[in-house]
Amino acid sequence: MNAPTYNFAYLDEQTKRMIRRAILKAIAIPGYQVPFASREMPMPYGWGTGGVQVTAAILGPDDVLKVIDQGSDDTTNAISIRKFFGKTAGVATTTSTTDATVIQTRHRIPEASLHAGQVLVYQVPIPEPLRFLEPRETETRRMHALAEYGLMHVKLYEDIARFGHIATAYAYPVKVNARYLMDPSPTPKFDNPKMDNCAALQLFGAGREKRIYAIPPYTTVVSLDFEDHPFTRYRFDAPCALCGADNSYLDEIVTDDKGGRMFVCSDTDFCEQRQAAGHHGTESAAPHKEKAHV
Amino acid sequence: MSELSSLDNDQPLLVAEGLAKNYGRLPACRDVSFALYPGEVLAIVGESGSGKSTLLQLLSAQLAPSAGRVSYRMRDGVLRDLAELGEAERRFLFRTDWGFVHQDPAQGLRMGVSAGANVGERLMAVGWNHYGRIRDTASTWLDRVEIDVGRIDDAPKTYSGGMRQRLQIARNLVTEPRLVFMDEPTGGLDVSVQARLLDLMRNLVSELGLAAIVVTHDLAVARLLSHRVMVMKGGRVIETGLTDQVLDDPREPYTQLLVSSILPP
Repeated sequence: MNAPTYNFAYLDEQTKRMIRRAILKAIAIPGYQVPFASREMPMPYGWGTGGVQVTAAILGPDDVLKVIDQGSDDTTNAISIRKFFGKTAGVATTTSTTDATVIQTRHRIPEASLHAGQVLVYQVPIPEPLRFLEPRETETRRMHALAEYGLMHVKLYEDIARFGHIATAYAYPVKVNARYLMDPSPTPKFDNPKMDNCAALQLFGAGREKRIYAIPPYTTVVSLDFEDHPFTRYRFDAPCALCGADNSYLDEIVTDDKGGRMFVCSDTDFCEQRQAAGHHGTESAAPHKEKAHV
Repeated sequence: MSELSSLDNDQPLLVAEGLAKNYGRLPACRDVSFALYPGEVLAIVGESGSGKSTLLQLLSAQLAPSAGRVSYRMRDGVLRDLAELGEAERRFLFRTDWGFVHQDPAQGLRMGVSAGANVGERLMAVGWNHYGRIRDTASTWLDRVEIDVGRIDDAPKTYSGGMRQRLQIARNLVTEPRLVFMDEPTGGLDVSVQARLLDLMRNLVSELGLAAIVVTHDLAVARLLSHRVMVMKGGRVIETGLTDQVLDDPREPYTQLLVSSILPP
């Protein structure tokens, strides 16, 4: 049986060219959603087809790729995408945030600060921040064109009226370069301040919705809020159980069926680096021995 | 009345000249000209299919006329042709200086979001960014349209028909518009609710010195609300004049028919 041969990074050159043009346009108009002819990818929608196409279009032979899913390098989605590009492009892969030149991410921004020359590629399910308030695409496009964003505040108003505070915890709407309203993909709002004035280029790909948008390096990104209800970050009020970090975004892990739980860094690379540097939490990272229930 | 005190009121707020609209070969509206002055309430009456709703859409720049033009005096006092306004300007006008009350409140309200947000939406659209102030203003307006302020966080889909219509009015008036378009504002409401709504609208219009264009097939609405009446038939204005004069002493046979078709109380 012949092994299938792929073009470099799976997509054909004409497709990559088309995607690069969309990316260039997106960078030229920060926050604006550029339509592109999204291709079928060998994975289902919702698994990062948009991000994968953007990554395929920008990847070069010298790039070092890191893929994270909810901050983690070792989940199914992250591993399969990393292996996909390892196989089809033969690029080096890494789990280190600082060593990577291209980082494809789902739902998190790494804790380690990004540096110039890096590209962060987001997988986006629904690119339109106004979609759940205004179902018509023609109307939302017009609202973007005329910068009519009062409706987004209606959503935040509803949050405060119902819960007493802005309860939107992820996909928290931002304004890019004081012009376009943008959905930062379902990252926790904890990560929103990292997008502002970031040294790395941030690209967003939505495969099913066929949109690409971008935040060029050193662009202002402001989270929407009210004067009397300002934007706040949110994290669980606990140190990481493994590395003891008290400033990282935490995942809650249920450990038994008796209410036991622990909080650990969602960014596995960050957590491992800290443990290697000698930081400790209350738990050890080595897996516990299986205990038989009596 | 308050509008007599201002000098600006000598000049018309809205001017229609030779307005016409054809749907293919069908003329829906033919050669309509009039001027509306600040603080004046004009009723457009006629039976179904007489072109009154088309005319309202032409006047509020939601439809492009086949012939003629509509001009509006902006807040800076300059009379401008609506067709020459950019889309951004037109939409801004629609959100601030104008109101549009739909017959079906579901068209004019966001049924899924709370009443407070419905009223506050226009304020947020013009850049209000203080939750407390938006909420206070919304409460004030709910109170003015006789909605219990305790229901500010309920969605209009939980409201009765009359409350929805009053909420729609509050939502439109919150930016203090100078001109309100109303399309059958009391349609589909029962008689006692209609009476209460008309009473409320009459008070608000006179308190705020609003100009209004009210499309209705109900002559009682025209009589209660409007200063002037235009009677339409087959897309033309066949009779126009002061409300009492037209309704008490109709000149055209069609108007006589309309007036005489009201059941005596």
